[in-house]
Amino acid sequence: MLKTQSLMFQYSEANQFRFPDIELSEGEDLLIMGESGVGKTTLLHLIAGLLKPQSGSVELAGVRLHEFSIAERDRFRGRRMGLVFQQPHFVQALSLKENLALVQYLAGEKPNSSRIREVLNRLGIEHKMNEKPNRLSIGEQQRASIALAVINNPDVILADEPTSSLDDKNCNKVVNLLKQQALSSNAQLIVITHDNRLKPHFQNKLQL
Amino acid sequence: MSMFKLSFRNMLNRPLNTVLSLVLFTLGVGMISLLLHVQNRIQQQMDNNLQGIDMVVGAKGSPLQLILSAVYQIDAPTGNIPLEEANKLRQNWLVQKAIPLSYGDNYKGFRIVGTNEQYPQLYNAKVETGRLWTASFDVTIGAGVAEKLHLKVGDTFTEVHGLVDGGEEHKEHAYKVAGIFNRTHSVLDQLILTATESVWEIHEHHHHEHENEHDEVEEKHHEEKEITALLIQFRNPMGMVQLPRMINKNTNLQAAVPAFEVDRLYNIMGVGIDLLTTIAYTIIAVSGVSVFISLYSSLKARQTEMAFMRAYGATRWQLVSVVLWEGILLALIGFLFGVAFSRVGLMLLSSWAETGYHYSFTGVPWINGEWWLLLIAMLIGGLAAVLPAVHAFRINISKTLADA
Repeated sequence: MLKTQSLMFQYSEANQFRFPDIELSEGEDLLIMGESGVGKTTLLHLIAGLLKPQSGSVELAGVRLHEFSIAERDRFRGRRMGLVFQQPHFVQALSLKENLALVQYLAGEKPNSSRIREVLNRLGIEHKMNEKPNRLSIGEQQRASIALAVINNPDVILADEPTSSLDDKNCNKVVNLLKQQALSSNAQLIVITHDNRLKPHFQNKLQL
Repeated sequence: MSMFKLSFRNMLNRPLNTVLSLVLFTLGVGMISLLLHVQNRIQQQMDNNLQGIDMVVGAKGSPLQLILSAVYQIDAPTGNIPLEEANKLRQNWLVQKAIPLSYGDNYKGFRIVGTNEQYPQLYNAKVETGRLWTASFDVTIGAGVAEKLHLKVGDTFTEVHGLVDGGEEHKEHAYKVAGIFNRTHSVLDQLILTATESVWEIHEHHHHEHENEHDEVEEKHHEEKEITALLIQFRNPMGMVQLPRMINKNTNLQAAVPAFEVDRLYNIMGVGIDLLTTIAYTIIAVSGVSVFISLYSSLKARQTEMAFMRAYGATRWQLVSVVLWEGILLALIGFLFGVAFSRVGLMLLSSWAETGYHYSFTGVPWINGEWWLLLIAMLIGGLAAVLPAVHAFRINISKTLADA
């Protein structure tokens, strides 16, 4: 379960954000909506521990994230969270399979190629396993980035504008994939977007 | 997929930059390693061949040439000296040992030296098969000669006049191999030794043969017997003080002290070696710069990649280690290539020196100086990576990911 309390972050005096509290119980997903500039990405980064708030707390699986040191936070994120970005990112020197193995390694997991195959198979890109990421099509890259997010069986999947650059058809596909993968990995899904097309897919909605 | 492996893969992902850095490292390290070996081996050979020779006496001319010809058997001799005068010198009370050397001929490029049994003793040579020469035209040959020319005890050959191959053959006189020395790793390995008398005899015959053609010139040679040089060991240090001066002042002979001449030679070579070493270190420094540029420019492109890795659980120190490993790996691989390069260079140099000078270069596989070279290379590789590594440490992940 995830809980945030009076989160506040300021880039400068004039540019500060206060966020409403979030409380999600086991098995609940959340869609966070908002126009650009309201601090959606900031909120996601605060929840992921990529940013440290000026005040307030993030609690996940019973621990307060921002009481950790930077390195502890990095490790915790690696083990417990999966991130999906608007633009998929990969280590270009490595193949898709090796990227997944790297993410396993970074989370302190042993390399587990049957898990890698299983996840890629579920996403329908197992045959691209040995390709370099830049050889994949945009759609395949999107799937691959979902694979990276779920490979370590995270408690929560955080997705930042995963669909804003996609057409309607692909948008639906990606949302369904995300929900499906979150479900089969037993993770809570939090999607941040300004994309109204996602509204019907979520019960829990938060407007920033 | 450890950080080390990732560094390696990142390196392979930038083949052009990597090749440039590696070529520079290979050149720099290879040159220094080659110089270290050449210096080491020349010094070793020089010292090995010097074995207790305090002074060399020969005909007037360049003292360095006298030393090179009589001790190291590389240059042409300065000329001959009358046996009579040489014998006078032998009787000087400061002289403990005086070993005569007589040149004149070669067989397939290997020098035939007329001397006595003290010469092989100087190099602690033992006769491995056969025996030392006894009769004239008996020869005992060095291990290197036997190996190169496939000579066995009992074989015969006819010599060629002069010190280089391709002269006129003394057809009617065949030398006979009486014995073969063990390997001494000195000049002796590349020499054919015989009695001084054999050299005299063969040239007397030689002169007779040509008598009609050059009557007057040849006439003179018959009058007195000559040798080419004397290797001298002093009885005590007083010899060093008195004898060279005495000989150079009062006689027609020349005395040269190998220790001085070799020192001079090192000094002359030293300038060249210093220059080459400086160039080589400059190349290594440039390879460091190349590693730095390669890492730094790729880091710009990989900044998002690094932030992505942080987002997936990499700590800042892990990113630092990826970058540092890349620098060190480049240096390490460059070092290995450089060492291989120097070994190939040595082999080529050695085969050239052996055919040209009958000097063998084989010996030490690894020089202690090369450990230092390894350390220097790794330090440069590591240093070149420090700034990019600091950069990686400081990446603002949130901002980088939001901007990407």
